[in-house]
Amino acid sequence: MNGESAARDGKGFLGTRAGQALATNWAAFFLVLMLITFSLTGRNFLSIVNFQNVVHLQTVPLLLAIAETFVIITGGIDLSVGFVMGLASVGAAKLMQLFLASGLTPGLSIALSMLIVLAGSLVPGLVNGIVITKFKVPPFIATMGMFGIANGLALRISQGYPMIGLPDVLPKIGNSYLLYVRPGDFVSFFAKPENFPDNRVRELLRLIPLSLPFILIVIAALAFTLRRGRFGRHTYALGGSMDASIRSGIAVDAHLVKVYVLSSALAGLAGLFNIFQTGIGNYTTFNAQYEFFAVAAVVVGGASLAGGKGRIWSSVVGVLVLAFLENGLAISGVKPFYRYIAVGVLLVVAVVIDKLFPDMR
Amino acid sequence: MDYLLETRNITKRFGGLTAVDRVSIGLRAGEALAVLGDNGAGKSTLIKIISGVHKPDEGEIFIGGKPARIDSPMDALAAGIETIYQDLALAENLDVGANIFLGRERMKRSLGILKVLDDQAMREEAQKVLDRLDIHIPSLKKTIRTLSGGQRQAVAISRSIYWDAKVLIMDEPTAALGVAEQKKVLNLVRTLKDQGIGIIIISHQMYDVFEVADRLAVMRRGVLVGERIVKETNPDEVVGLIVGSETVGKER
Ligand SMILES: Nc1ncnc2c1ncn2[C@@H]1O[C@H](COP(=O)(O)OP(=O)(O)OP(=O)(O)O)[C@@H](O)[C@H]1O
Ligand SMILES: [Mg+2]
Repeated sequence: MNGESAARDGKGFLGTRAGQALATNWAAFFLVLMLITFSLTGRNFLSIVNFQNVVHLQTVPLLLAIAETFVIITGGIDLSVGFVMGLASVGAAKLMQLFLASGLTPGLSIALSMLIVLAGSLVPGLVNGIVITKFKVPPFIATMGMFGIANGLALRISQGYPMIGLPDVLPKIGNSYLLYVRPGDFVSFFAKPENFPDNRVRELLRLIPLSLPFILIVIAALAFTLRRGRFGRHTYALGGSMDASIRSGIAVDAHLVKVYVLSSALAGLAGLFNIFQTGIGNYTTFNAQYEFFAVAAVVVGGASLAGGKGRIWSSVVGVLVLAFLENGLAISGVKPFYRYIAVGVLLVVAVVIDKLFPDMR
Repeated sequence: MDYLLETRNITKRFGGLTAVDRVSIGLRAGEALAVLGDNGAGKSTLIKIISGVHKPDEGEIFIGGKPARIDSPMDALAAGIETIYQDLALAENLDVGANIFLGRERMKRSLGILKVLDDQAMREEAQKVLDRLDIHIPSLKKTIRTLSGGQRQAVAISRSIYWDAKVLIMDEPTAALGVAEQKKVLNLVRTLKDQGIGIIIISHQMYDVFEVADRLAVMRRGVLVGERIVKETNPDEVVGLIVGSETVGKER
């Protein structure tokens, strides 16, 4: 049945125009509602420091959710993004260690490693795409295979330990802010003033983590591609009707491969960002949580796992909803098990709403 | 007169099933050829081969007398063969303009360098074709999912005639339509014929066939069992060919 008429037929308020707007953008409304509630219930929730922290820590989940958005719109799923990210992280760390040991400068070691890892991160997506299109393996299984491979390789490279001994500048860049302000006194860009003592850095107002402009550029560029570009149009078309796409002459196999390559490239980028954020190469078995979080965020944002539907900005809202839900409940003193339950309930609600309103794009 | 489109001994097997068995048909410019046959006779499979969706196991396709390689839907479209499929093959999540231009999007420059979709222009063009067909769709911004069966059909037809086809293939074009809309489609077929387009029309509606077709070809279990000139036959004979009763008409 048509969702619109389903809504009109007997759902009262949801049938009205305002109801429709609320239903299709419920995640955004929910986010605002949540921010207001937590501002009242949690001390320190409503603060620049807290908001900046949440956004900074969500850079990696945002990258992965963007990747997942493209894949999910085609009607697929990419379960490998978390471990591809982990592999990129330890792979880059390993390369940096090797380059440093061979006498290259830290700057050169970092630059070379980043280039190699970015190029290398195209490979998992290429393999996923080919396995899915040429061998007709369902995306769920194909990317689950890559999940295992990437996990294994990352474990092999790292031997299971955090990889240390990387250049100090990494976390300095990754965690720096655009502006350092001492109210009424001075402003400095990118780093605290040289002569300012380390132990008093908390007196400074640090504004705009560098990760923010970085992620905003990535979000804006890919949202533009998806909504305004031919690549995006074909991505929606594939999810809407594979047959229509084939018969319209779209090279669907090549397009799908590109989508999976884009996904793993973004996962690779996330792995590199992770190194800049933490200063170490991270191997953790918890990387599996990243893909589930990314999928959950995309679904909360209103995409449909059946394909054809989803938006980058909506997925961004989805990530923020999940992040602030966690953060706000924690700050408000809610026990972890309630938080898991809240996330679970939210996810199911998201899918129910999606079923009721299939016409949103 | 030479054929615009010709198939020679086209054969297509699905596992053990021969869906199309050595079928040779020809289509002239400005002519409507009806392809008839019971469910599962192989009609849709035959046209999917012509439009590049399936690859034939044997046989050749000639366009304008020359052998043509049609390995993909893009090849067929490039050769001027447009197809309206039985299942319409529309992307339900996209709007009318996006569907008509799917795979051949109209682009414009934005900020001088970036190439972006020109949805405005695509919708305007969509409106023009729909007007030509005298078909009214309230808002072209709505996705296909919100349209009625007849409106969807109209979009599918608009999509194929927009592109200046030489050959138009219609698989049961009136099946989902009300009486008034059926009339519009049949009128459209006549108009297109007058413009010199060759049309292959698959239909179970005997009325359609006798109304617009010039010739008809009947398939039974993958085999071409008869060809007739419409003016020289009658519905009874055609039904006999379709069901295979030996009492009516003569085999070719
Ligand atoms: N992709 C496919 N794979 C396997 N078998 C197929 C495929 N497509 C069609 N067939 C089979 O080939 C035969 C011919 O099917 P086709 O769709 O061409 O029939 P049709 O004449 O168009 O019938 P209808 O009038 O019901 O549309 C049928 O037995 C069908 O089951
Ligand atoms: Mg058919």
